[in-house]
Amino acid sequence: MLNRRDFLKTAGLAAAGAMAVSGCATTGRNGARGHIVVVGGGFGGATAAKYLRMWSNAGVDVTLVERNAEFVSCPMSNLVIGGYRQMSDITVSYANLRDRHGVRLLRDEVTAIDAAAQKIRLAKNGELKYDRLILSPGIDFMIGAVGGLEGNLETIPHAWKAGPQTALLRQQLEAMPDGGIFAMHIPKAPFRCPPGPYERACMVASYLKMHKPRSKVLVLDANGEIQSKKALFTKAFETHYKGILEYLPNNELRSVDAKTRTAMLDFENVKANVLNVIPPQRAGQVTSMLDVPLINDRWVDVDWLTMEAKGVERVHVLGDALFPAPTMPKSGHMANQQAKVAAAAILNLLAGEPPNGEPVVMNTCYSYVDPKAVVHVASVHQYDATKNTFLPVKGAGGLSPAANELEAKYAASWAKNIWADMLA
Amino acid sequence: MRHKICLLLLVCAAIAHAQDPNLARNLAATCANCHGTNGKSIGDNKSLAGEPKEKILRKLQEFRSGEKPSSIMQQIANGYTDAQLELIASYFAERK
Repeated sequence: MLNRRDFLKTAGLAAAGAMAVSGCATTGRNGARGHIVVVGGGFGGATAAKYLRMWSNAGVDVTLVERNAEFVSCPMSNLVIGGYRQMSDITVSYANLRDRHGVRLLRDEVTAIDAAAQKIRLAKNGELKYDRLILSPGIDFMIGAVGGLEGNLETIPHAWKAGPQTALLRQQLEAMPDGGIFAMHIPKAPFRCPPGPYERACMVASYLKMHKPRSKVLVLDANGEIQSKKALFTKAFETHYKGILEYLPNNELRSVDAKTRTAMLDFENVKANVLNVIPPQRAGQVTSMLDVPLINDRWVDVDWLTMEAKGVERVHVLGDALFPAPTMPKSGHMANQQAKVAAAAILNLLAGEPPNGEPVVMNTCYSYVDPKAVVHVASVHQYDATKNTFLPVKGAGGLSPAANELEAKYAASWAKNIWADMLA
Repeated sequence: MRHKICLLLLVCAAIAHAQDPNLARNLAATCANCHGTNGKSIGDNKSLAGEPKEKILRKLQEFRSGEKPSSIMQQIANGYTDAQLELIASYFAERK
């Protein structure tokens, strides 16, 4: 444990380092000064780090704590599983945040948060003082909810956090014999990326149709129906993948047997050649270090004007970890939008000004139903001051009328632009 | 007269308090996911940086009415108020 003197020393060094970064920087337009620590370099955290520096004209110091060496994108990762993209296509460096934007990068993990003292403890880099803390931890899995899954994620991958798990599921699919069964399980909502599992089913079926046409995709859904873009995915299942893909709603997974890759459901057991279980999810574990109860023991409640966690001052939380506003999806796009709300609010607050009272966020989500055809869902959410939350605008948003090739172009462009918006 | 000035100051103060000085910037940032940071796109989505304000606004209105066909922009443009679209168009027009 650090004693008080050690801590002061560490804090002093951190402050000196911070000054070195910002020593020649001009004061931000609205005069915000201070040190913001961002934990988690995904769609929310990376965007927040960049925009805090950009919008303050480098007036505030920003440290990004991230455990992985590179960013790997969940959006587009289903294309890697289908064999239509490589891992390198969905991997982006953090270097620009440091070199272009002056963000201090720490490859580390948080081991404790002391919100009263405004400091966090890191596994490798000691303690870090902050004026504002942003947690963008994404989701963690409730592995224990599925019997037999613990310790078997190499045999039964989730591939629901992009990275080695994505490559692993692709390898398993490639190694599967023609005539084999690829079974995937979708947990009860809410989960990260509502259309994601159905897009994955399409990408796997597309690969099998082309390369192993005697095989089957079984989509075992704990939910009663497809959770997003229902009509569009139903059409894809029934037309593109008729005879290859079978969608089975109301099938909640109880346990698995890793040795035989068998899924034990309520009414039957399914033995598969490749078993892809997407486990139930909750806010990333770091949120349990805040001294507040999570909603349903799973999600963080925030003040939407500032993204500040309810019950903890100066700690802001973004992205999939949140208990969402009405109809707000758990998506990378939405985390990016929330990050900008938080960045703007934090810069105002550090300058002694109130946060923007009328923020807007919007969501665009493209899904591939085959390698060349894409469908979208979009929504716009305006802040409602009487209800203190974001509400979807009636008459706005909606779906593609049908899968189409033009939107495949836009989907690829979306990925390029959002990755650049976070990391370039 | 004095009362009128006081009232005017009060109204101005109220307006100044209500609207964030960076509202246009914040609103325009909601477009960046597809159209690039500050409207500079690196993909097939259009760049908006430096486009004349009137042109951006006209396009947005055409998307809204359906006069200009779109895959997604009608659905998105309908989510913003006229005043918000005006702020967004001004912000992008001022980017270089």
